[in-house]
Amino acid sequence: MTQVTNEVQSGGGVVATARRRRKKLTFDKVSFMAVFLGLPLVIYLVFVISPFVQAVYYSMTSWSGFDNNMPFVGLGNYVKLFNDDIFMLSVRNSIVLAIFLPVITVILALVLATLVTIGGSSRGQIKGLKGAGFYRIVSFFPYVIPAVVIGIIWAQIFNPDNGLLNGILTGIGLDGFKDFPWLGDSRTAMIASMVVIVWGFVGFYMILFIAAIKGIPAETFEAARIDGAGRFRTAINITIPLIRDNIQTAYVYMGILALDAFVYMSILNSTGGPENSTLVMSQKLFTTAFSKGQFGLACAMGVVLAVITLIFSALVFLVNRWTGGNKDVSE
Amino acid sequence: MALNIAKNKPAAHGHVERKSQETKGDKVVAGVSHTMLALWSLLVLVPLGWTLLSSFKTTSEIFASPFSLPEVWQFQNYVNAWNTAGIGSYFFNTVIVVGAALVIVMVLGAMCAYVLARFVFPGSRAIYYLMLAGLTFPIFLAIVPLFFILKNMGLLNTLPGLIIVYVAFALPFTVFFLFSFFKALPSEIAEAAQIDGAGEWRTFFQIMLPMAKPGMASVAIFNFLGLWNQYLIPVAINTKRENYVLSQGIAAFAGQQGYAVDFGSLFAAAIIVVVPVLVMYILFQRQLQGSVSAGTMK
Repeated sequence: MTQVTNEVQSGGGVVATARRRRKKLTFDKVSFMAVFLGLPLVIYLVFVISPFVQAVYYSMTSWSGFDNNMPFVGLGNYVKLFNDDIFMLSVRNSIVLAIFLPVITVILALVLATLVTIGGSSRGQIKGLKGAGFYRIVSFFPYVIPAVVIGIIWAQIFNPDNGLLNGILTGIGLDGFKDFPWLGDSRTAMIASMVVIVWGFVGFYMILFIAAIKGIPAETFEAARIDGAGRFRTAINITIPLIRDNIQTAYVYMGILALDAFVYMSILNSTGGPENSTLVMSQKLFTTAFSKGQFGLACAMGVVLAVITLIFSALVFLVNRWTGGNKDVSE
Repeated sequence: MALNIAKNKPAAHGHVERKSQETKGDKVVAGVSHTMLALWSLLVLVPLGWTLLSSFKTTSEIFASPFSLPEVWQFQNYVNAWNTAGIGSYFFNTVIVVGAALVIVMVLGAMCAYVLARFVFPGSRAIYYLMLAGLTFPIFLAIVPLFFILKNMGLLNTLPGLIIVYVAFALPFTVFFLFSFFKALPSEIAEAAQIDGAGEWRTFFQIMLPMAKPGMASVAIFNFLGLWNQYLIPVAINTKRENYVLSQGIAAFAGQQGYAVDFGSLFAAAIIVVVPVLVMYILFQRQLQGSVSAGTMK
């Protein structure tokens, strides 16, 4: 090895030939590309891309799955879906989640991230709050806990008989909440479910925003302070505009997650909750496919879900654009 | 474990007034900030602490009061969860599936990202966008056809089938993250290796892959968490009880709770599922939080 290295360092001519040699199709190169690119790509195409494509085709058949008989029905499934009151209710519930979850999560995460990063002294160097490390570690906890377990824990917290929440509420004298079924009452089931999902994700986005805020050069904050901006003005006028790309990313991720929400919703209320008040599209899709065997119809639901997801992402990008997201505020 | 962390708490309160130059306003802001953050921390820790406490109580104690300490600490709950509820065997299934999938996806993902990042060839852009599509579309769109693809291959309800699907769906994220990582590595080193006579294979495994270690570690942690916590895929394509992974096992256990109520064991099962990820988190927490920031900078 060392010998070869010495030889090479002696002249530039060797480099040139070596570069030319790389262009030739040697066995080394061909086998390398075949394995390195071919193998992952085949797995990816077979198990991810082809199901996506097939789903679009199946959505136009009334396939029941257990024979090869796939009567083509065109857009019939979609017409059926739009006339299905329960499916439309699940669409509505999913959209409600996609509207509220990102807003609540992002705002809470921003507030907490701001408190941690600029809650410190207003003299001298800009610094974060004391004990910020502790808050960061604790806040991130829920993100690593499996969603199933989060669902199970919170289902117990909301339990009317022995749950923590009613225990606390009756403990502080609110006896009206004794035996109140948070997940079993159509007025509160959806809100309670949202609380669970927000609880699971605020910490993650808080960490993300903290990292983004720390990426802003300290001079920017110092300049704002010299100009007389208080903490609140700094947060609104400096921090948020400078990390708006991160906010957009967080918003899109959280929205996509809210449109799925399968794990949380199916653990908290496996059958869609009281009067289907927490039934979401993903749950409806799952039971249509794997309990009722209406695979064509389920694929149509999948397509609707995918379209709504894409529309949501596009909307967030557009709104960010329109409100001046592409302006470089740091200049 | 929640309690352990609380012990390490680096004196969050009481240190606020260390510097004399701090103004009154500073103190107020710091006080308000600490109060709000402490409230939030309680909101995170109390449910977890309550779960831990309840996992040592008998069912009748749980029903008597949500706050009381157990009369006798019921370690039996953990034994019951592990054996009777089958959490033990689900645990081993999960270790096998997640372990195998993680190794395979890291190797394949690194190879694919390396080729995409360092070679120019027709179609490389198209492959990149194909990967983006895999990240954007909801997995629910794919789930029905996926079921039949596995069925036709004879892989439905088998652990190898689950492993390969985990690999396929973790691939786009892995490739994306490592793509930027390989792109940032200096190309001179690869060229030097080539000049020294190393073929493409050797260049990758002996030179480039070791250099990408920090990136690999971050992606591996995220993939571990994602796969360990995965629920939808196993519920759809792995429905044989003896092949259950932890997430579906505990969900099934919670589902039958309505009939055979053993809440103590349910809480114990929850703790058993959480402990491995929490250990991973505490071991790698610096790295994990670091990669959250790296991921957002693109």
